[in-house]
Amino acid sequence: MADTKIIVNCETGEVTELELTAEEVKQREADAIAYAKAKADEEQAAAEKAEAKAAIAERLGLSDAELAILLG
Amino acid sequence: MANTYIQIGSTVTVGVLGAANIDFTSIPSTYTDLVLKLSLRGTDAGNYVNSRITFNGSATGYTSKLVYGLGTGTPSSISNAVTTAVDYSAYGTGSLATTSTFGSAEIYIPNYAGSANKSLSVDQVSENNAVAAIAGLTAGLWSNTAAINQVTITPSVGTLVQYSTASLYGIKSS
Repeated sequence: MADTKIIVNCETGEVTELELTAEEVKQREADAIAYAKAKADEEQAAAEKAEAKAAIAERLGLSDAELAILLG
Repeated sequence: MANTYIQIGSTVTVGVLGAANIDFTSIPSTYTDLVLKLSLRGTDAGNYVNSRITFNGSATGYTSKLVYGLGTGTPSSISNAVTTAVDYSAYGTGSLATTSTFGSAEIYIPNYAGSANKSLSVDQVSENNAVAAIAGLTAGLWSNTAAINQVTITPSVGTLVQYSTASLYGIKSS
């Protein structure tokens, strides 16, 4: 079943439900891929940051609680 | 409700087919601000799903940042990775959350018809009778001086399910 979009014309109050065009479907797929990549990149960056933070804390001999106090 | 708070168009309720997006078009420039009230649930296989907001059909010039809490751990923030929409906003409930629950979001767009760049804020919370839920505030900017005449809400993944709703209001200063 094709995906639909809902359009509200605020001038006339008319509400229309339409199937997505082929171009819109293509754009939607591209957006989903871009979103998945952005999300994966963010998760990786966050993991790397956490790892780097833990390594620094270990080098300094600080516990998580002490590090949290330092970082305020 | 104050008489300066006027509904524009009609409340949209998503039908049995679901919806890939909800699009308010031909928004008049006669108000001071816009408010969009959303009750959303998506098909994405998660506990919550974010939506993208775009204006006037444009896919450029957006920036945004979300500050959020998940009910466990410390609150965190995330910057929008894309500039094609205000992302990480208008959170709804995902398909893994408690059946028949919907997330709530309010989008506020001040001075939407003015000639400056357009800012917006989004206050949102997903719904789940379990630990995994999200509450957050998004600050966004559309670097465009055109009056906003169209607002589109699109879930980042999947579609909106039946009984999701959207209502647009205009705010007048007097």
